[in-house]
Amino acid sequence: MSQSNIMPGFRPTLGFTVLYLSLVVLIPLSTLVFKSLQLTWDDYVAIIAHKRVLASFRVSFSTALIAAAIASFFGFIVAWVLVRYAFFGKRFLHALIDLPFALPTAVAGIVLATIFQPSGFLGKLLLDTFGVQIAFKPLGIVVALIFISIPFVVRTVEPVLLEFDASMEEAASSLGATRLQVFTKIIFPNIFPALLTGFALAFARGVGEYGSVIFIAGNLPYISEVIPLLIVTKLEQYDMEGATAIALTMLIISFLLLLLINLLQLWVRKRSGQL
Amino acid sequence: MSISLSNISKKFGQFSALEHINLDIPEGELVALLGPSGCGKTTLLRIIAGLEKADAGRISLSGEDKTEQHVSHRGIGFVFQHYALFRHMTVFENVAFGLRVKNHKTRPSEAIIRQKVHALLELVQLDWLHDRFPDQLSGGQRQRIALARALAVEPSVLLLDEPFGALDASVRKDLRQWLRNLHHNLNVTSIFVTHDQEEAMEVASQVVVLNHGRIEQQGAPSDIYDHPANAFVSNFIGQTNIFDLDGEGNAWLQTAGLSMAQVQGKIAHVRPHDIVIEKTKVDSDTWVTLKDWQHLGALIRVELVNNGTTGQSAPVYAEMSNDQFRRLQLHKGDKVNLRIRHAHWFH
Repeated sequence: MSQSNIMPGFRPTLGFTVLYLSLVVLIPLSTLVFKSLQLTWDDYVAIIAHKRVLASFRVSFSTALIAAAIASFFGFIVAWVLVRYAFFGKRFLHALIDLPFALPTAVAGIVLATIFQPSGFLGKLLLDTFGVQIAFKPLGIVVALIFISIPFVVRTVEPVLLEFDASMEEAASSLGATRLQVFTKIIFPNIFPALLTGFALAFARGVGEYGSVIFIAGNLPYISEVIPLLIVTKLEQYDMEGATAIALTMLIISFLLLLLINLLQLWVRKRSGQL
Repeated sequence: MSISLSNISKKFGQFSALEHINLDIPEGELVALLGPSGCGKTTLLRIIAGLEKADAGRISLSGEDKTEQHVSHRGIGFVFQHYALFRHMTVFENVAFGLRVKNHKTRPSEAIIRQKVHALLELVQLDWLHDRFPDQLSGGQRQRIALARALAVEPSVLLLDEPFGALDASVRKDLRQWLRNLHHNLNVTSIFVTHDQEEAMEVASQVVVLNHGRIEQQGAPSDIYDHPANAFVSNFIGQTNIFDLDGEGNAWLQTAGLSMAQVQGKIAHVRPHDIVIEKTKVDSDTWVTLKDWQHLGALIRVELVNNGTTGQSAPVYAEMSNDQFRRLQLHKGDKVNLRIRHAHWFH
C-alpha cells in the first residue's frame, strides 16, 4: 500500500483486524489443531472411524444441508413477500423474522420439542393425519435447524431483492415473456448468488447448532445424535482427545463445504457477468 | 401500425397525471411526446405499452382494442430510460431474449435466432460486443443494445422513454441522427418521450406537446414552431421574448414596430430572430442598450436591456447571422433601435 493512499488509517485498521481475528478466531482454532496433533494418526482414525461417530457426522451434515435447502426456499418466499407487497402488519412480520436470532436456542428447542412431540399439539396432528413423527427423529433436527436458519436467508436475500431493478421485469414482459419466464430467467438468476450466500450461512449455522437441536432430536445414538452433542458427551467423560479430534474433523469438512459453496457462487457470478 | 387513444385519464392518488387524452398517430410516424417533467408524458407512454393501466379510456392499435391486453401480448417494443438491460446476460443473450421466450410453436430455430441477433447487432453497429455484459458497455452502447433487443421481436410499435436522457451531449447528438435514419429505414411507428424541445424538433416527424396531463398542441415541428397554439407552447418551444402590453411603459414597443393595429391579445411573443436591430438614429428616444452578445455558431445572440425610462426590465434577446452582426459593427453599451417583424399574440 503506497504512502499516498487517499483513505487514511490503513495501518491501524489492518492491525486491529489482524489482532481481532487472532484473538477470536485463529488462536482458539489453532489450539484445536495443536491439541489434536497430540494424537497419533492411528488413534485419530480409531476415534473418527467409530461407527457412532460416523453416524453422527452423517446425521449432522445431512440434516444441516436439507434444512439449509428448505430454509433457502422458504426464506426466499418470506423475503419476496416482505419486499414486494405492502400489507397490514408488515412491520410486525419484519420484527418476527429476527426473533430466532434473539431467542436462546435452548428455549427454541424446548418449545419445538413440546409442540412436535407425539403428544404435542402439532406432533399429534401430524402423527394422526400423516403418520409422520417429527420429534426424536432426524426430521426433528431438520425442523429445529430450519427454525433457526431462516433469518439468515431472509436477511441476505432481502437487500438484493430491494435493489433489484424492476424495469428489467417490465422489459422482459414487453418482450413477450410470461410471468413464470420473468421469474425464472430474470429475477431468479439475479437473486441466486445472494441465495447461495444465505444457504451457506444457514448451513454453517446448522452444522454447529446444539441448543435447539438436543431437545427435539431425541439423541439416539446412530439415529439422531448430532456431532456437537457427541463432542459435549466426550468432554463430559473427560475424553479431551476424542472431542478435539471430532471437532477438528468437523471444522475441516465444514470449511471444505463452505469453500465449495463459495466457488459455486464465484462461478455463478462470473457466468452472469457480475465479476 | 396506427395508434389511437381515446379519453385516457390516469390519477396517482389525488394527483391527476393525465386528463382526457385523445391522440391519433398514423402509421409510420416518429412522434415525440414533449413536455416539462411531471407533465404525464412517461405515464402516457407506459399506458400505451401496457405497463401502466389507465383509469379510463381506450387504446387501440391498428383499430384493434388493446386496452385490457397484457404488455407481453401487445407486440410493442419498449426502450427504457435506463435501458433495463438484463445484467446477468451477455449482449447476445439480451437481444435473443425476446425470441427465446416465444412458445414452442412460434420460436425460431437456434440457427435463425443466431442469424437474426447478429443481424440486429450489425444494424446497431455493435456486433463486436456480442459476448460482453451490459456493465462493460458505455451509455450509448447500452442504449443501442436496448433498441436492438426491442426490435428483435419485430414490434409493430416502438416506444422509447427519454431515449437520450442519460447520455452526454455529443453522444446524444449522434444518436438522434442515427435514430432518425433507423426509423426511416424500418418505418415502424415510433413514439419517444423527451423534455428537450430541441431533440423533439430535430428527430420527430410529429410533436405532441403535453403540459399538466393535457395535450397542448400536436403537429409537425415547423407547425408548432411557427404557429404555437398557446402561450405555453410558444414559450416552451424555442426561445421567446414575452411582452405584456398591459404592463407599464410598453409604449416604446409601438415605435419598435409592434403595430397596435395588429394587436390581437394582451401578450406578444416574439422570436429572437423576428427582432431586427438598427443603429440608433439621433432623434429616436426609444433606444435600448446592447448589454452583451454570445456566439452560437451560425448565429449571434444579442442581449438587450431597456434604457430604464420605459420600464421593461427583463432583457430582450435578438438573433442575427454573423454577417449581419459584423455589418452593424456593434459594441457593448451601444444604443440601438429594435424593429419587431412578427409576433404571436396570446391572451
